[in-house]
Amino acid sequence: MDTFLLSRIQFAANISFHILFPSITIALCWFLLYFRVQHNRTGDEVWMRCYRFWVKIFALSFALGVVSGITMSFQFGTNWPGYMETVGNIAGPLLGYEVLTAFFLEATFLGIMLFGINRVSPRMHTLATFLVAVGTSLSAFWILALNSWMQTPAGFEMRDGVAFPLSWSQIIFNPSMPYRVTHMLLASGLTAAFLIAGISAYRLLKGDHKPAPRLALKAGLFAAAVLIPLQVLVGDMHGLNTLEHQPAKIAAMEAIWETTEGAPFTIFALPDEINQLNRFALEIPGAASFILTHDWRGEVKGLNEFAEHPPVMPVFFSFRLMVGIGMLMWLVAWSFSWLLWRKKSLPNWALRTLVTMSFSGWVAILAGWYVSEIGRQPYLVSGILKTSDAVTSVAPENVGISLMIYLSLYAVLLVAYIRTLFVMARKSVLVDRPEDLVTLQERHNPLTQQTAHTQQTAESTGAAR
Amino acid sequence: MIPTGEAYWLPVIFIALMGLAFLMYAVLDGYDLGVGILLPNNSESQRDTMIASIGPFWDANETWLVLGVGILLIAFPSAHNVILFHLYLPVTFMLGGLILRGVAFDFRAKAPAHDKRLWDYAFKGGSLLATLSQGYMLGLFVMGFERSAIAYAFAVLSAVCVTAGYSFIGAAWLVMKTEGTLQMRAARWARICLWLTALGLFVVSLVNPLTSANVFEKWFGSSLGIFLLIIPLAVFFAVMTVDRYLARFPHSGDFGCWIPFVGALAVFILSFAALGYSFFPQVVPGKMTIWEAASATESLWFILYGAMIVLPAIILYTFYAYRVFWGKTRELTYY
Repeated sequence: MDTFLLSRIQFAANISFHILFPSITIALCWFLLYFRVQHNRTGDEVWMRCYRFWVKIFALSFALGVVSGITMSFQFGTNWPGYMETVGNIAGPLLGYEVLTAFFLEATFLGIMLFGINRVSPRMHTLATFLVAVGTSLSAFWILALNSWMQTPAGFEMRDGVAFPLSWSQIIFNPSMPYRVTHMLLASGLTAAFLIAGISAYRLLKGDHKPAPRLALKAGLFAAAVLIPLQVLVGDMHGLNTLEHQPAKIAAMEAIWETTEGAPFTIFALPDEINQLNRFALEIPGAASFILTHDWRGEVKGLNEFAEHPPVMPVFFSFRLMVGIGMLMWLVAWSFSWLLWRKKSLPNWALRTLVTMSFSGWVAILAGWYVSEIGRQPYLVSGILKTSDAVTSVAPENVGISLMIYLSLYAVLLVAYIRTLFVMARKSVLVDRPEDLVTLQERHNPLTQQTAHTQQTAESTGAAR
Repeated sequence: MIPTGEAYWLPVIFIALMGLAFLMYAVLDGYDLGVGILLPNNSESQRDTMIASIGPFWDANETWLVLGVGILLIAFPSAHNVILFHLYLPVTFMLGGLILRGVAFDFRAKAPAHDKRLWDYAFKGGSLLATLSQGYMLGLFVMGFERSAIAYAFAVLSAVCVTAGYSFIGAAWLVMKTEGTLQMRAARWARICLWLTALGLFVVSLVNPLTSANVFEKWFGSSLGIFLLIIPLAVFFAVMTVDRYLARFPHSGDFGCWIPFVGALAVFILSFAALGYSFFPQVVPGKMTIWEAASATESLWFILYGAMIVLPAIILYTFYAYRVFWGKTRELTYY
């Protein structure tokens, strides 16, 4: 394999692994803020137990996000020097603002949020949680502004093959940015909501009768029920925006080979790139035209209109996977919310369904990003820079070595992460007041027993006051 | 050709900011990585305390690396490309090390009990790998990415030196942040690492001017010669002060437990200043000046405005975070 292909696989592996963790932490921190504020407002300890359990998962996810994010920040220089050479004047400052306004904020106050609960006032601790939440969302804003600029570039001019900024507001608020940012923030909300619901359902199934997991399950499920219709609406608007600015991507998503009036929506097919047609197609007549132009007879541009277009198969299937999971989420969120509201608890089959869907947000987000990123090919920056022109001249053996290192690390870490989440859930079932202790082993450790004891005394005196 | 006006001084400001970011990184993540390298095999409770002493800070500390590389990328994109092209594999190893170290913080406390020891090895191994890679990269950078046996030998020397330096500042951090037997142990580590660091700095200071005519000219061909002597003298003074302090350790009432750390800080700052002086205004030694590598002035202005507002805020809340966790590390509970 050559450096180009290996570098693409490496970038895909790095970004796919990285996105998993921010997609949890961006929204999970707002959930934590909600738990914290509810505790401040009602004084009910159960909210704090939700906080203490989920802040540990937040810390673990955040750490994985940070280390994989640092890896990302080096990838531009190590594998894609042409990217910075061509659009560095625009990409550089946007990345710089992410570091300056978001990374330091979240990293510094994370320390106080995690370890400072007994060292600062409740108000300061709430503020720290809020600032971390702001930091994670700001970080998403800047990086998505840059990604959107790469999809729909604006506010610049080319001089001697290098992009120079003309208007920073046009660069940041480029045509696809508002849609992409909203779509991603909602996706993060759904990912966190289904994770909270899934892990809490797992605790209930393992016989946890404490009120905290039930409360968290309710918070997660109701949040999902509110977010999913919004997401479908925003997703549709995002699609229309893409039709306007990146029609080739839409044609690939829908596997429309020829420009047609009253184009059908293809539910399933095997797109055949060589013969430019769909095999085994199952279609709804006119539906694609209706979705995209809001007219059953509307004209949709086909792939034949574009000299260069993205590969159809991966974009077509990723899109269907994303939409399919979205529909499943909608069904589950609404029907289970209704069950929970009417009967005050969920039957075991419903809990098991939620456990299975714990990581459904991940799959949908990855699928969605594959649509967006593969759909931009063969360009790295639409119309300005081809991916193949940006790649490094490092020897393929070296890229092969680094790729192997990353892949094996990521495989181990992913397994360890998922396993640890369920281990933590099981541990919390076993102990009486699990949220007060870090781990079981620390409970049996003479050094920490004292600390745990002090903490409990502090809490009981607090309650006495 | 050296430009005039804003095209002259904007790159100068940015190289200063970049130097500041890398210095902050070397000091702050330096002590984190040093503590990781020093993790003892024979005491789980000491490992717990050591890791707890850096737990609240490591994440923000590591961010200085992202800022440093970020400024290199924003302000000097062509230098960024040259440097990372030559450092492809060491960067990969460093990132691998940083990944292992970073995730071990959480996994060691949350994974099943029998895995804890394994994550502690990952913590120590990751810290060591990241440190060695950073030292190696610094060495290759200083030698201008020459592909000669001397350059590689210098890079290996530099890797050992940086490892000694990080271990020294890590041990000094522990002398300041811990008590009892662990503090005694840390004082012993600090004294050994102090002398290794001093020896390493001495050898590097000899080799560097002898292998590079530019560096030789800067230090010995300049009328500033007498003033430049202040740097090695100040390093010598710092080393001797810390050595005398540690030789009589412990002192009654924990007198001056901050002295080794401040000494380490002084050594780091002085070495950085010397390094900066040796190569300024080159951003890739012997190949590229800051003005040749600089990006568009519009972009530099845009980021400078932001940095002028945000950097003071960052420094303020960093101080606040250190004040919150001031004093000895006692608590082992994370939350």
